[in-house]
Amino acid sequence: MAGVRVAGVGMTPFGKYPERTARELFGEAARKAFDDAGVDRGAVEEVFYGNFMSEVTEQQGHSGPLSADAAGVTAPATRIESACASSGAAVRFGVERVRSGTADAVLVGGAERMTNVSTPEGTAGLAAAADALWEIKQGVTFPGAYSLMANRYFHEHGGGREDLAHVAVKNHANAVDNDLAQFQRAIDVEDVLEAPTVCSPFGLYDCSPMSDGGSAALLVSESFADDHGLEAPVAITGTGQGSDRMALGDRASMTRTPAAERAAETAYADAGVGPDDVDVAEVHDCFTIAEVLALEALGFYETGEAIDAATNGETAIDGELPVNLSGGLKAKGHPVGATGGAQISEMTKLLRGDHVNSDAVADAEVGLTHNAGGTVASCVVNVLEVVA
Amino acid sequence: MSDARSAGYDDFLDALEAGEPYYLESSSGDGWLPPREVDPATGARSLERRDLPTTGEILTYTVVNVAGPSFADDTPYVVAVAEFGPVNVTGQVRGMDHADVDVGQQVSLGVGRNETEGERVIVFEPA
Repeated sequence: MAGVRVAGVGMTPFGKYPERTARELFGEAARKAFDDAGVDRGAVEEVFYGNFMSEVTEQQGHSGPLSADAAGVTAPATRIESACASSGAAVRFGVERVRSGTADAVLVGGAERMTNVSTPEGTAGLAAAADALWEIKQGVTFPGAYSLMANRYFHEHGGGREDLAHVAVKNHANAVDNDLAQFQRAIDVEDVLEAPTVCSPFGLYDCSPMSDGGSAALLVSESFADDHGLEAPVAITGTGQGSDRMALGDRASMTRTPAAERAAETAYADAGVGPDDVDVAEVHDCFTIAEVLALEALGFYETGEAIDAATNGETAIDGELPVNLSGGLKAKGHPVGATGGAQISEMTKLLRGDHVNSDAVADAEVGLTHNAGGTVASCVVNVLEVVA
Repeated sequence: MSDARSAGYDDFLDALEAGEPYYLESSSGDGWLPPREVDPATGARSLERRDLPTTGEILTYTVVNVAGPSFADDTPYVVAVAEFGPVNVTGQVRGMDHADVDVGQQVSLGVGRNETEGERVIVFEPA
């Protein structure tokens, strides 16, 4: 099987840029990825572009070829839509394309423009990641769906709002020096607990923000990297994807995410590693409880035992398993179609040593990214390793 | 939003309003809400209508303060997932103080309207 190197990565700053179109954001991210790789864009043989809600925010569908055009690439281009896991899935498609031998250079990533619409309109757009009949028509919002999971988690396993607050505090702390992050500001537990309630038990700081941004990565084969003399020390060595029933009520459990469990199992087997081998992780913390559920699904903790991981400092920057050193979705921002690609960008930099927080994981060799769609009805897990 | 019916869903609400709610049972004994052609867990194709209990138990809930446009005038409201025999149903809890809603609460199943658009919603009330 052909190895897949990350030749270059790029991200726009995440934040509020309501005047910038998604195509513009992806174009900037792609330019950065090409510059980072030192590869001409004419080498790209295929584009996979993640985007979720541009029909709602920009009246724009069919954004595969549009994104390629914005990146200055003339190659077959396809939009990948899996809600908030859209660009994680785009990365996976790119990996598989290179592995198949049908392409040596693939541009992957995504973009989302979200802050050009009102909060209610954005809330409605995001809610489309849930079941339109049995959830949205009953008034379920995206934060509301995760709140249902959080309250059930508390009922089954204990823990509470203060434990979740520590997740937000940790991830904000990690983002303070990340120039690409939306919130480069530390907060404390009291800030989280005293924030206005969005939906119980979540206050404002339990929720990732509405964000605009783009992400891109240039994936190449081993032979391409060798032929072009690329310094590309990081490879994607494992990838996995899982699906689950859309409606929370249709699931056997509302406190487990089997789509993530299956994605992780596949990705670990693919890479030939296990949870104990992972040195650093970027996980999908769209809401504070989501990080807890991710840590359990990925095998870092048993079910019901990750609720106090942040409280105990185990996932802090100097903890046993540093999680979301980018700031995560919570503080880095969550332009949903760009998020999975951004995880690849941040993790590649962390492992290469050119991320602002790389010093905290200077010896890291194995990184994991976990990108979830909806209430984890979709999940993509990628394993990245330093191989050169 | 289109006025078009979503047959499986709207038929269920019609039956619920008539006091005759149902679910779909597969040969494995699994229960599902419509529309389903197969049991997604087993692939079994023989789904039979069965009477759905009208009393259930809240499994989880949340008080929603920030809503989309379709529920903007309804906030704050309570959304819950409740277990009715072999299926779980998502709906809104009414007829009780929000602070009193809790996991384990026994509720009845019915149909109401949302304030913002007058659309039908599934409603739970204290049993």
